[in-house]
Amino acid sequence: MMLRHFGLATTLATTLALATPAHAVTELQWWHAMTGANNDVVNKLAADFNASQSDYKVTPSFKGGYADTMNAGIAAFRAGNAPHIMQVFEVGTATMMSATGAIKPVYQLMKDAGEPFDPKAYLPTITGYYSTSKGDMLSFPFNSSSTVMWINKDELKKAGIADIPKTWPEVFAAAKKLKASGHETCGFSNAWASWVHIEQFSAWHNVAIGTKANGLDGFDTELKFNSPLHVKHLQNLIDLQKDKTYDYAGRANAGEARFGSGECAIFLTSSGYYGTAKGTAKFDFTSAPMPYYPDVAGAPQNSIIGGASLWVMGGKKPEEYKGVAKFFAFLSDTNRQAKLHQESGYLPITKAAYEKTKADGFYEKNPILQTPLKELTNKEPTENSRGLRFGNMVQMRELWAEEIEAALAGKKTAQEALDAAVSRGNAMLRTFEKTAK
Amino acid sequence: MEKSAVFNRSKLLPYALLAPQLIITFVFFYWPASQAVLQSFKREDAFGLVSEFVGLENYQALFAQPEYYKAMLVTLVFSTLVAGLSLSIALLFASQADKNLKAAQAYKTFMIWPYAVAPAVAGVLWFFIFHPSLGTLARPLRGLGLDWNPLLNGNHAMTLVVMSAVWKQIAYNFLFFLAGLQSIPKSVIEAGAIDGAGPMRRFWTIIFPLLSPTTFFLLVVNIVYVFFDTFGIIDAVTGGGPAGATTTMVYKVYADGRLGGDLGGSAAQSVVLMVIVVALTAVQFKYVERKVQY
Repeated sequence: MMLRHFGLATTLATTLALATPAHAVTELQWWHAMTGANNDVVNKLAADFNASQSDYKVTPSFKGGYADTMNAGIAAFRAGNAPHIMQVFEVGTATMMSATGAIKPVYQLMKDAGEPFDPKAYLPTITGYYSTSKGDMLSFPFNSSSTVMWINKDELKKAGIADIPKTWPEVFAAAKKLKASGHETCGFSNAWASWVHIEQFSAWHNVAIGTKANGLDGFDTELKFNSPLHVKHLQNLIDLQKDKTYDYAGRANAGEARFGSGECAIFLTSSGYYGTAKGTAKFDFTSAPMPYYPDVAGAPQNSIIGGASLWVMGGKKPEEYKGVAKFFAFLSDTNRQAKLHQESGYLPITKAAYEKTKADGFYEKNPILQTPLKELTNKEPTENSRGLRFGNMVQMRELWAEEIEAALAGKKTAQEALDAAVSRGNAMLRTFEKTAK
Repeated sequence: MEKSAVFNRSKLLPYALLAPQLIITFVFFYWPASQAVLQSFKREDAFGLVSEFVGLENYQALFAQPEYYKAMLVTLVFSTLVAGLSLSIALLFASQADKNLKAAQAYKTFMIWPYAVAPAVAGVLWFFIFHPSLGTLARPLRGLGLDWNPLLNGNHAMTLVVMSAVWKQIAYNFLFFLAGLQSIPKSVIEAGAIDGAGPMRRFWTIIFPLLSPTTFFLLVVNIVYVFFDTFGIIDAVTGGGPAGATTTMVYKVYADGRLGGDLGGSAAQSVVLMVIVVALTAVQFKYVERKVQY
């Protein structure tokens, strides 16, 4: 008797469970590399999305720095359990897009899921970086930034510099004044040496980093940044390094602390430094557009982005993709984008969110957050400023920095260093081209 | 007298007893090593989607790179300095700690602590202490008129990674030297003293030779340490820079494989590195061990 009841109960329970598959929650894994305040942003976005509907649950997990997250994702893919969504920094783009089959392009994802998706709604300087040459969006831009020049207004005033320098010669002159007024160890400096002095510098002056629209149009690209303009700029830095009017501050962004501490009063780094600057700098600071050489025709052009985008991994179930598509639509919502931008300092990814923030009068109170947007939208992007896509870019940046270091240390001339950076980089591109076929 | 055990019951028993060790060696050495050799003949993308056999191409590309020879030279300098300094400093400390000291136990404990620090943490620590503009010790150095700048000066950067690597390894060497010193019979040393040998002479003619098995063991272990275990420190302190001045062979393996996604080239480097270390160890056992008195 008991046994029969038990059997009945089990059958009932099974039937019930089978009858309600629509309410089963599909879990979506989101691997990311955001720390501190940005980590909270990620968790809040996921929580808001999960609360907004009941079919899907996005689970974010922190996987370490950018390179670590990417490596973890690649290793997971090789082991057959990749996450659904993976945050990859901009220099990993070529590696990701060449991995046909390992990824699901975003435009394809949105089409399959039938989500409304207009690629023209997004800021072209941002999506261009993550799209094919035909304009198909491959990954979903998440946190974007650009290089800006951070200015310690108090120290500039003390050194008798009335206006924020706009051109490189003005920056050099200001740095000399700063040095004379007590900044003996650093007139100006920068973080991310390769990003600032090669990638952004080239786009801002509308000169090529490489052929084939900086690699966007094909992996058979060749590096070109040993032009006379690049050599001239590096030579200026070499000359100024000798007496520390310019002082090199390392490859990554540890050197940013030299701005926060007041040591360097002019410092070029990511616009994403805003949050840290707000927390650490005990002086009046602002951001200004990157300097340019006035004798270069057409300069300044427009800057290119840094930061990261969200890649959708391949080999998942259709209903899971549907959830990812819904999540991306959720992220693109104008009000949500505008709020995200204003609170975190990330660039808005849709035109509507940018316009809304402008209309709200937000930039009058926070001009610092508009600097990178002004740079990105300064002019219609050209072949040289649409973005860049080189294989092995993660290591290539290190290699370029190595050569810049050799030049600044006086071991190589500017020309020798840039020639070596180009030829070593080209060798790396050829290796990549062979595997990316 | 021959030492041997006889197993009458079963021929399988000795193999069963050996199995755990053999399995561990196989799983953690032979299997990954054979995978590395296999990988070094292939060209593969990071995701493992495309893989083709390319024969010796990875090796040819490797030996055509001037940077690789530079990394070899850097490794030679780095390993000599680290092994030499960490062994001699540890021996000095151990011989001092072996005396009857007040609070000797506390002293010994403090000496061992750095070994518990993870390489990356040790690296970050040293990075910040000696960062040219943030470092607590870099400022006084600059105050003394030395233009301390490991971000651009290769020798400064090398000094920094050597210091970090030595600092971590001293603890380990210290522990073994101390144990070695304590196992030397006091009567031998006292006999030397009675015969009129001073402390220095006693050390070099009695203690040092009797300590040679320990020293030899540590030499082998330290060489392996500098060749394989130091990339965490290098990554955290200098990232191989400036201009490759601290890119050792093992750091290059890491950089090319993990950062560059060039698994074939990286595997080829691991194989070369493995051959070098095996050869070095063999040489040590053949020639240096002869001088060791057990």
